[in-house]
Amino acid sequence: MAAQNLQSVPAEPQAEAAQEQARQHQADGQAYFDRVMAEDSRIEPRDWMPPAYRKTLLRQISQHAHSEIIGMQPEANWISRAPSLKRKAILMAKVQDEAGHGLYLYSAAETLGQSRDQMMADLIAGKARYSSIFNYPARTWADMGAIGWLVDGAAICNQVPLCRASYGPYGRAMVRVCKEESFHQRQGFEILLELANGTPEQKQMAQDAVDRWYAPALMMFGPPDDDSPNSKQSMAWNIKRFSNDELRSRFVGMMVEQVRVLGLTLPDDQVRFNEDTKKWEHGPLDWNEFQEVLAGRGPCNAQRLERRREAHDDGAWVREAAAAYAAKQQAKETKEFAA
Amino acid sequence: MTRTGTNTAQETGHGDISTGVAGSGDSNASATRITPGNALRPEDIALEVRTGQVKPTADVAEYALRLGDDALILSQRLGHWISRAPELEEDVALGNIALDQLGHARSFLTYAAGGMDNPDGTARTEDDLAYFRREHQFRSAQLFEQPNGDFAVTIARQFMVSYYQFELYRRLTESSDATLAAIAAKAVKEVDYHRDHSAQWILRLAGGTEESRRRMIHGLRLMWPYVNELFQDDDLTERLAQAGAAVLPSSLREDFDRLAGELLAAAELEVPEVPAAPGGGRTGKHSEHLGYLLAEMQVLAREHPGAKW
Repeated sequence: MAAQNLQSVPAEPQAEAAQEQARQHQADGQAYFDRVMAEDSRIEPRDWMPPAYRKTLLRQISQHAHSEIIGMQPEANWISRAPSLKRKAILMAKVQDEAGHGLYLYSAAETLGQSRDQMMADLIAGKARYSSIFNYPARTWADMGAIGWLVDGAAICNQVPLCRASYGPYGRAMVRVCKEESFHQRQGFEILLELANGTPEQKQMAQDAVDRWYAPALMMFGPPDDDSPNSKQSMAWNIKRFSNDELRSRFVGMMVEQVRVLGLTLPDDQVRFNEDTKKWEHGPLDWNEFQEVLAGRGPCNAQRLERRREAHDDGAWVREAAAAYAAKQQAKETKEFAA
Repeated sequence: MTRTGTNTAQETGHGDISTGVAGSGDSNASATRITPGNALRPEDIALEVRTGQVKPTADVAEYALRLGDDALILSQRLGHWISRAPELEEDVALGNIALDQLGHARSFLTYAAGGMDNPDGTARTEDDLAYFRREHQFRSAQLFEQPNGDFAVTIARQFMVSYYQFELYRRLTESSDATLAAIAAKAVKEVDYHRDHSAQWILRLAGGTEESRRRMIHGLRLMWPYVNELFQDDDLTERLAQAGAAVLPSSLREDFDRLAGELLAAAELEVPEVPAAPGGGRTGKHSEHLGYLLAEMQVLAREHPGAKW
């Protein structure tokens, strides 16, 4: 607004100087930003950054935060029915961790200039995206294992490189998230291992869960490289370090090893190591389904958003009360200070 | 890892919780942080029981069962809030309290199980007790099974429970039964935080908006009838208190009333004048709510009897 106002009146010497100063500030900022990118160093919240860089990060970090928050739901679905007290404790701790991840990712996003309230409002209004994997239902206890092993496993593959993301607050948040995620993956693997070595019914439950979560987990890495328009820019900005297909291939390689230990199978008879490219390959994925779920037509899209909306709306009076109380306390303190 | 009060994360094992408004706590702490080595874990008690280092008397086992059931049922209730709380900070806070309670439950139930055998002669476990007893075999007081209601109802229940448990565990640290004393020593530090959490929210809700005050008063009136049962003595507690192993419930009442009264006065609230319910949870007589809670909690374990998880 300020810049427009300046342009709408005849340029006075003072205004011209201000414009020149702004131009110089922008040029200096861009030069600093370019140098940071070239040196693979870090941008911090107060640094100048291109508007598109800010926008991309804000979108990515807030989506990531939303994914943590929505991702609590499929697992929270089994807290009350966890089949042993130890498993109940671990699951509760895990879902609680996810709330914590959401909190620090929202905080990282807030450093880019948007409030958590606004991000939450966008999520509830259906304007913001979250990882579409969480729109699949957690039908059995074995899903707690498969989500931990496959979904958190894929998330780790995606997120470890993000610890080096060029935006400081994001990279630092990811360091912490990754430490906890690796625990989450281990507990998922352990659940499946126990089931796979249990009764025939339990083993069947485990295999069924792996069958259902395998393809959606592979699609978590995003569309194939030749169909991923934003990837190139993100890589140029040192946010993204490896392409979607590269990460997906690495993940498949890891799963191939681990599924053997579990004594289960991956529902994909085309998994193979390509000696020429030195990369793991997998069978075709149903990208149409991916687009459908992304567009809101997945099994649980409506349910997930409704739960978030309900919690938010039901909690409105609590948040209002806390704010009112805090304001009253502050007024009281100010008065006491003045007296 | 700062927290209002004197507790540190090391003492509680679960990391910190923020009450969501003051902003003084580190609400981002991981719940899956590794428990410090000196903390008593249910697995340690199980090992001690298995190797014959400890074995509760029948009376102590029955007493541990009561305290374990209280904590287990409350944990089951609180766990429902995770992903449904008014603020993310409260998802974390209520989840953390649920986890603490579950930890206490596991310790008490593991110890109780050490004093009982299964009908087939095999050693009983915490899971046998949690998943394969029927409603009338649960020994929790009725306050713990009361439905969550809205946030104010949950806070009202938390307030009464934590003020009671703090007074109980504080004294139980001096039990002549070393295991009960050790469990209580760990639990009291955590419950001290639960007390602070509920007190902060009582003040906020009572002093917040007209609506929050109305809901807080309603919540207190709804839960208060079940307070009386917490302080009822019976033959078991009298025998155990005589022996120095347990705390006589009635002996907690005075401190509870005084401290609870102080908080309510600070929040400009009245002690609810509502008739007390007769209770009966300690002998297996429960409200209508417990059956549903158990049905949900036990369903999967009972579909696969004998399975390991």
